[in-house]
Amino acid sequence: MKIHEYQAKQILARFGVKVPRGEVAANADEARAVVERLGGGTVVVKAQIHAGGRGKAGGVKVVKGADAAVEAATAMMGKTLVTHQTGPEGRVVQRVLIEEGLAIARELYLGLVIDRATGRAVFMASTEGGVEIEEVAANHPEKVLREPVDPSVGFQSFQARKLAFGLGLTGGLINEGVQFLTSLYKAFEATDASLAEINPLIVTADDHLLALDAKMNFDDNALFRHADIKALRDINEEDPLEVRATNYGLNYIRLEGNVGCMVNGAGLAMSTMDIIQYAGGSPANFLDVGGGANEEQVRHGFEIILGDPNVRAVLINIFGGIMRCDIVANGVVSASRQLRIKVPVVVRLEGTNVELGQKILAESGLNFIVAQGMKDAAEKVVAAAQQRVH
Amino acid sequence: MSILVDQNTRLLVQGITGREGGFHAGQAIEYGTKVVAGVTPGKGGTIWEGASAKHEVPVFNTVAKAVEITGANVSVIFVPPPFAADAIMEAADAGLALVVAITEGIPTLDMIRVKQFLADHPGTRLIGPNCPGIISPGKCKVGIMPGRIHKQGNIGVLSRSGTLTYEAVGQLTALGIGQSTCIGIGGDPIIGTNFVDALTLMNADPDTHGIILIGEIGGNAEEDAAAYIKANVKKPVVGFIAGRTAPPGRRMGHAGAIIAGGKGTAADKIAALKAAGVAVAESPALLGETMAALTAES
Repeated sequence: MKIHEYQAKQILARFGVKVPRGEVAANADEARAVVERLGGGTVVVKAQIHAGGRGKAGGVKVVKGADAAVEAATAMMGKTLVTHQTGPEGRVVQRVLIEEGLAIARELYLGLVIDRATGRAVFMASTEGGVEIEEVAANHPEKVLREPVDPSVGFQSFQARKLAFGLGLTGGLINEGVQFLTSLYKAFEATDASLAEINPLIVTADDHLLALDAKMNFDDNALFRHADIKALRDINEEDPLEVRATNYGLNYIRLEGNVGCMVNGAGLAMSTMDIIQYAGGSPANFLDVGGGANEEQVRHGFEIILGDPNVRAVLINIFGGIMRCDIVANGVVSASRQLRIKVPVVVRLEGTNVELGQKILAESGLNFIVAQGMKDAAEKVVAAAQQRVH
Repeated sequence: MSILVDQNTRLLVQGITGREGGFHAGQAIEYGTKVVAGVTPGKGGTIWEGASAKHEVPVFNTVAKAVEITGANVSVIFVPPPFAADAIMEAADAGLALVVAITEGIPTLDMIRVKQFLADHPGTRLIGPNCPGIISPGKCKVGIMPGRIHKQGNIGVLSRSGTLTYEAVGQLTALGIGQSTCIGIGGDPIIGTNFVDALTLMNADPDTHGIILIGEIGGNAEEDAAAYIKANVKKPVVGFIAGRTAPPGRRMGHAGAIIAGGKGTAADKIAALKAAGVAVAESPALLGETMAALTAES
C-alpha cells in the first residue's frame, strides 16, 4: 500500500526521524493558517499525490510570504498533475504539504528496501541525492552503498556509522546521521514497510540532516496488524474499479485493451493476458479470482470486468485446483443471467469436476462459447472482440 | 525415482481441523499419501475423520509430539497467515526434513525472521509459502494440486505459480508425458526453496530426464536459474515467463510479481533463459509440445 508524503513524514517523525516543519492543507484558509504558523517566510508548497516526478511537473513551488503561498497552493489543488509516473491521465491534487524553506548544502539519497535474494532488509545510500537510485546504480554502481540488516539482531550502530562516514558526513553530523538511520530502521520494522525512501536526504546550510522528501510503501500482507496505517489509504489515488475489486477481495488491475479476462491464480492470469496478446488481441485487465472464490466472487468479478466500457469480449479461464469447475460454472451462469451480459463470453474450464462444469454451461440456455485449451480460448475471444469492433 | 517426497513420506498436516487443511488432507489420503498426523493446538488427543468420517488421523497439540509418536517426516501447513510463520518454525524445531507452506498472505517481515531461523536449522527444507506444494505423481501428493491431472514419468516441473503449473502438467499428461516431481516454489518475494535449489535436486535425479521451468515477472530468480542451467544442466529445459504484458510498478496478484525500477521484466528473464540454452515457449499453450519436441530429439 502507498501513502502520501505528508503521511510518511508524520509516521517517520513519530520514530524520531527529522523532517522539515510543515503541515498539510486542503483549502486556501488552511494553507494561510499553515504559512502563518511557519512564520510567514519562504515556504515550499508540494502537491500530494502517490507519484514521483512532481517537481518537473510543476507540483513543487518555492514561494515567499503568505499570499504567494496561498496562491501557489490554490493553483495546485483540484488540478490534474501529470508526471512521468502518473501516466497521461495524471492525478488530481487534493491536498498540498507546506513546509519551511531550507538552505540546502548537500543532497543525499537514503533508501531501505527488502532484498529478495538474501531475504533481508537492506539500506541503500548514495551521495547522489535527488536522482533516481536505479539511475545511479546503473551508471555509477560504486556510488551506491549497501548495508544489509541481520534480522536476528537488527540494525547496528556500526552499520549506521559505516553509512554516515560513507556519505561523507563529518563532525556533529555523524551522530545525527546515526540517529537518523537508526530511527528510519525502527519506523520501517515497526510498520511492516516494504520501502522507505528519503530522496533527497539533505544537509542544511546550518549543518543538520533532514528528510526533504519521504516515501513509504507497506506490505499489504501485514496490514491486518496495522489498523492505523490501513486507515491512511487514499482511494482517490486508485482506479474506481480497482477499489471495488479490493472491497470484494478480488485482485484486479485495469489495462488498456478490450478483452476482459477472469482467471484463477496469478500466474495463469498473467499468462492469459500474454496469450491474448499472442493471439493478436489486447487484454483489458488482470483479474485473479483466487483459489477459494465462490459464486458470489465470480459474479463480482464479472461486474468489475464489465464496468470497463472498453471490454468487447470476456475470457474466463479456470484451471481448477482448490476451485471446482462446477462452482465456477454456476457463478458464470447466475452472473450472466443477473447482469444480462451482452458481450460474448468464452469459457475454458479444466480440472476438478470439469465435465459437470461444462454440462452446467451447456444446459444454461445461455450463449457461451466453450473453448478447449488456452490457445483455442484466446483465439476465440480475440475473434469475438474484433467482430464487435467492426 | 523422484525428489523430496515419495512412497516413504509420512505426512503431517498443520491445521488439519481447518476447512482447507481438512479438505486437502482428505484429497492427499485419497491420492495415496500416508497422512500420519495432524496438528491443531488445543485439539490434541482427538481423531480427525474428515467431512465424510472415512479417515482416521490422530491430532496432536504440538508438532514435536506428533513427530515423536508417528514418525512424521514432512509437514504441510494450512495455518492462517498471522500464525503461519510460527507454524513453519515449529515444524523446523521438531526436526522435519521438509516443510511445505501453502498459506498465502504471510507478512514479508515474518518470512525474513523465518529465513533466519531456518539458517540455524539446516536439516529442514522449506517449500513456499504461497504455493500449491509438491507432488511426485503416483507416489505422494503434498499440497492443493488436483492429483488426477498428473501422470507418473520423467519430467520435472518447477514453477512460481499454482494454476499455471497445472496448465503445464495438464499439457504434458495429455501428450502422454509423465512427471517425476512437480514443485510450486511460491509466489512470494521471500520463499524457502528457490529455482536453483530445486534445479540442483532435479539435475541430480537420474529419473528426471527433462525440466519445465515456469517463472514470472519480478525479482531475479529466473536469471539465477539461467546461470545455474548454463553452468550445470545437460538435461533439456523448457522455460516460460508469465507477465510479458504486465505493466511496470503493479503487483500482479502474487506479492512477488512486480517490475520495480525497471528490473524483473519478462524480456530480461526470457533473454537470460535463452542465452542459457533453455527452449523458451512463446505461448503458455506450447509448454507440453515444446518439451515433447525436445525429448523426441534426445
